[in-house]
Amino acid sequence: MRITCPHCGERDRREFTYQGASEIMARPDADAGVSAFADYLHLRDNPAGDTRDMWYHDPCGAWIVVDRNTVTHAVTGSTLAREGRT
Amino acid sequence: MRLKGKGFPDQQRSVPFTFDGERMTGHAGDTLASALLGNGVRLVGRSFKYHRPRGVYGAGSEEPNALVTIGHGAAADPNVRATVQELYEGLEARSQNRWPSLKTDVMAVNDLLSPFLGAGFYYKTFMWPRSFWEKLYEPFIRRAAGLGALSGDHNEDRYERAFAFCDLLVIGAGPAGLMAALTAARAGVDVILADEDSRMGGRLLSETTEVDGKTGHLWADDVLAELRGMDNVRLMTRTTVFGAYDQGTFGALERVGHHKPRKGDELPRECFWRIVAQRSILCAGALERPIAFPNNDRPGIMSASAVRSFANRYGVVGAPEVAVFANNDDAHRTARDLIAAGVKVSALIDSRDDVEVKVDAPVFTGARVVQTSGRLGLEGLTVEQGGRRHGIKAGVLAMSGGWNPSVHLTCHMNGRPVWDAGIQSFVPRDGAIPGMTVAGAARGRFSTAACLADGAEQGAAAATALGRKNVISPDVPHAEGAAYRHQPLWAVEGRGRKWIDFQNDVHVKDIKLAAQENFRSVEHMKRYTTQGMATDQGKNSNVVALAVLADATGRGIPETGTTTFRPPYSPVAIAALGAGAQGKGFAPQRFTTSHAASIARGAPMIEAGLWYRPSYFPATGEKTWREACDREVQMVRSTVGVCDVSTLGKIDIQGPDAAAFLDFVYTNTMSTLKVGKVRYGLMLREDGYVLDDGTCSRLGEMHFVITTTTAAAALVMRHLDFVAQALRPDLDVQIVSVTEQWAQFGVVGAKSREVLNTILDKPIDDDSMPYMGCADVGVAGVSGRLFRISFSGEHAYEVAVPARFGDSLYRLLVANAEMFGGGPYGMEALNVLRIEKGFITHAEIHGRTTAFDIGMDRMISPKKDCIGKTLARRDGLVDEGREQLVGLKPAGAVKQLTAGAHLFDAGAVATRENDQGYVTSVCYSPTVESYLGLAFLKNGRARHGQTVRLVDHLRGIEALCIVCDPVFFDPEGGRLRG
Repeated sequence: MRITCPHCGERDRREFTYQGASEIMARPDADAGVSAFADYLHLRDNPAGDTRDMWYHDPCGAWIVVDRNTVTHAVTGSTLAREGRT
Repeated sequence: MRLKGKGFPDQQRSVPFTFDGERMTGHAGDTLASALLGNGVRLVGRSFKYHRPRGVYGAGSEEPNALVTIGHGAAADPNVRATVQELYEGLEARSQNRWPSLKTDVMAVNDLLSPFLGAGFYYKTFMWPRSFWEKLYEPFIRRAAGLGALSGDHNEDRYERAFAFCDLLVIGAGPAGLMAALTAARAGVDVILADEDSRMGGRLLSETTEVDGKTGHLWADDVLAELRGMDNVRLMTRTTVFGAYDQGTFGALERVGHHKPRKGDELPRECFWRIVAQRSILCAGALERPIAFPNNDRPGIMSASAVRSFANRYGVVGAPEVAVFANNDDAHRTARDLIAAGVKVSALIDSRDDVEVKVDAPVFTGARVVQTSGRLGLEGLTVEQGGRRHGIKAGVLAMSGGWNPSVHLTCHMNGRPVWDAGIQSFVPRDGAIPGMTVAGAARGRFSTAACLADGAEQGAAAATALGRKNVISPDVPHAEGAAYRHQPLWAVEGRGRKWIDFQNDVHVKDIKLAAQENFRSVEHMKRYTTQGMATDQGKNSNVVALAVLADATGRGIPETGTTTFRPPYSPVAIAALGAGAQGKGFAPQRFTTSHAASIARGAPMIEAGLWYRPSYFPATGEKTWREACDREVQMVRSTVGVCDVSTLGKIDIQGPDAAAFLDFVYTNTMSTLKVGKVRYGLMLREDGYVLDDGTCSRLGEMHFVITTTTAAAALVMRHLDFVAQALRPDLDVQIVSVTEQWAQFGVVGAKSREVLNTILDKPIDDDSMPYMGCADVGVAGVSGRLFRISFSGEHAYEVAVPARFGDSLYRLLVANAEMFGGGPYGMEALNVLRIEKGFITHAEIHGRTTAFDIGMDRMISPKKDCIGKTLARRDGLVDEGREQLVGLKPAGAVKQLTAGAHLFDAGAVATRENDQGYVTSVCYSPTVESYLGLAFLKNGRARHGQTVRLVDHLRGIEALCIVCDPVFFDPEGGRLRG
């Protein structure tokens, strides 16, 4: 599997650490309460198809949002997490 | 026997080798298979299940029968295909799965018992009693059936792994692959051309047909010479591309050293390549399939194309008289080539009725081979034609049931091949592998002319797809373009077993039995009969088996479907996949700057993550680690000790919003920290559990350095990067790990300041460096940092210098400490010192404990948000009944306390239901003169003074303990402040 780091270019997946779905970027407000935080942290879709998730490029320290397909394994895009959810 | 004037002229040098101890001679270009045939050896092995005599069947990597063991001892390679093994001087080969010898094999009795040993025999027979499964049945079955065995000794052989990158990977260097590579390379494309053979050219090496007016292999040599001269082409021989993976990644195995004698210097045996290509062209060719007729497995019965390979390329034939049995025109070439080489062709049997055969030999059309004879090798066959039977004499029978395109790689990403009625076989589905096209015989274009044209076309298309302009398709050289004429013939009726899968001993009746017992799905039939499950993965046999199953179930082949081809295409040694990961290669080793000095003092090193740290520093006369540890603890508590703490994570955090960022990641407030001060900090995960702890030092208004535990350094760095980039990109903050840039040493104990003042450019006192202070300092003329922090409860400092000065500073500190009656101490003493003070490590914050559990609930500031704050408040995480951190002291004399032991009420039975908690850390404290433990105990903070029962079921240890505060020593902290 190959993933493109926006800083470093296309790299083998062994250079990356997987984190989980990109919903993790939408942290609730401080006063949102326990159940909002529990949903934010634990509730996930399990899509057969397009998905968007977080990968850490260990050598350069960039958090990356990767678009890929869980059925075809195609990787269709990657952006820096710093740039927000697009 | 050798054929005069045949075989490549550059490969005639004679090479001695042995087979089952017998000395033989082959030629330089031989494979072991061709050398054996050249020596008249037809019997080379015994079959897997019935121990039937078997000989060489094919001439390539698909070989099912001729498996041998090469070499001896720990370095022996079992199950090597003799058709792939290149001959070298002194090669030692042994046959397998026979006892006492290949010609007299006791287990051949299985063959006589075969009526009882059909498909499903084991499932039906070895049912009960259950206790016999592992002890009796399995060992028995395993001994009776089998392949070659490993020695069981440690194998020192070297294997390698490597990456390669290219625009275009061409898999297979036959006529299609050569044309594809040539066309793309001339257009400037970066090409890797890989072929599993030792010599490129594919079938052109085995045929007498001409290309461009030259013998095929000479034309191939010309093309290869041009490719070799181009900078943008890499030729990889002996390299099997065995798997296709995501995003253009391919697994490939290069046989690097197997074709040379071992001399001790040694090339690696194999190299495991990961090849990454933007595009690929599969030119894997096709494999000839057998025909199932009675006793079609005798040594000497071979694929017709293999007989041509042996005659034309290697100049050998298995016997003086050869017969040919086929359902297609292609096999007629075998008869013609042999006759031209002076070999007697005793019959050509073609199953088709209306066919014109231009061969100067006895011809039987519309005929079948219905029986064969010869115990350890073929002697003759019976041919039936129009109801009449003819006896034919032959030592070799070349058979061909047609050709199957090698579609395997196109199936590796879930692509199903498509049935092509025209060639009665499966062809690749378009687009099965992203970026891959298929050319030549691998997609059913069998003639040489079609292969050349298809290769050129696909090569040009790939170059265009890669963005090359003005791609010129080269003139396709002239070659034979005969149509592929054949008529399906899968199995011949007759008495006796008609073998399909030679390697797993599956015959027609087994497959019919599977269908009869309702294993009608192809996947069920496969598993019930083990068809196609041997190391050759059914390369020769699968399509025939499908046809027989289709017939038995009254369906067509397309409806029957096919099983899934998975990587690897051919066997890959685990040693190659794991290359470089044996012994110390298993994980990287990280050494501190004081490593050499610690080793010089005789310290045993222990692993801490990837780091190596000194366990203790043995002194003269000390016999056990405990003696050294006790002495080191007492030394620190009475004078001074020096310890390398560089392995703790050090993270440099700068920027206008650095303080706000730290407030968000720590539970406590760091923005109120004054410049020149240090504060202990606790980090949570978002789910409310403790992530890590450490110190946070403010070096400037916008400059902090934090420490993490050794174990969590990488985890915390990743976490901070995540928070900064994904959650709070609004904050202007820069984060970088400086763990390896700074060497840091703890100078610990009452005399620590005196030791430091021997090397600091400006001496310190309590005013200039108070408890929890930090500052930039000059250390023996080097710019360093000083922190007054303590992990032992003693008056202590950590001094840091750039890593290049670490070794000399450590030696200097230890020498100066010794002048004050101190010295170095190791991890064992460090651990005792921190347990005496109740300081936690990842033994306690192991991922399932909360701030509440460790008694730090109040460190979660109510004045601000932080990671984990909301979920740490969940009722269940702050319940008084939770297991809470406590200290344990033995009640009376005990042998020892153990970490991992569980706690029970004093009078309770030690069962899971009564479990009250568990012990995380233990030590013998020379300071308190007692065993001490840290533990988590239900409602523990309210139970100080109670007696609990410690039970270690694993080690059989039991002790009564008094629950107490986890701080055992100097609870007021007076020693910290000096």
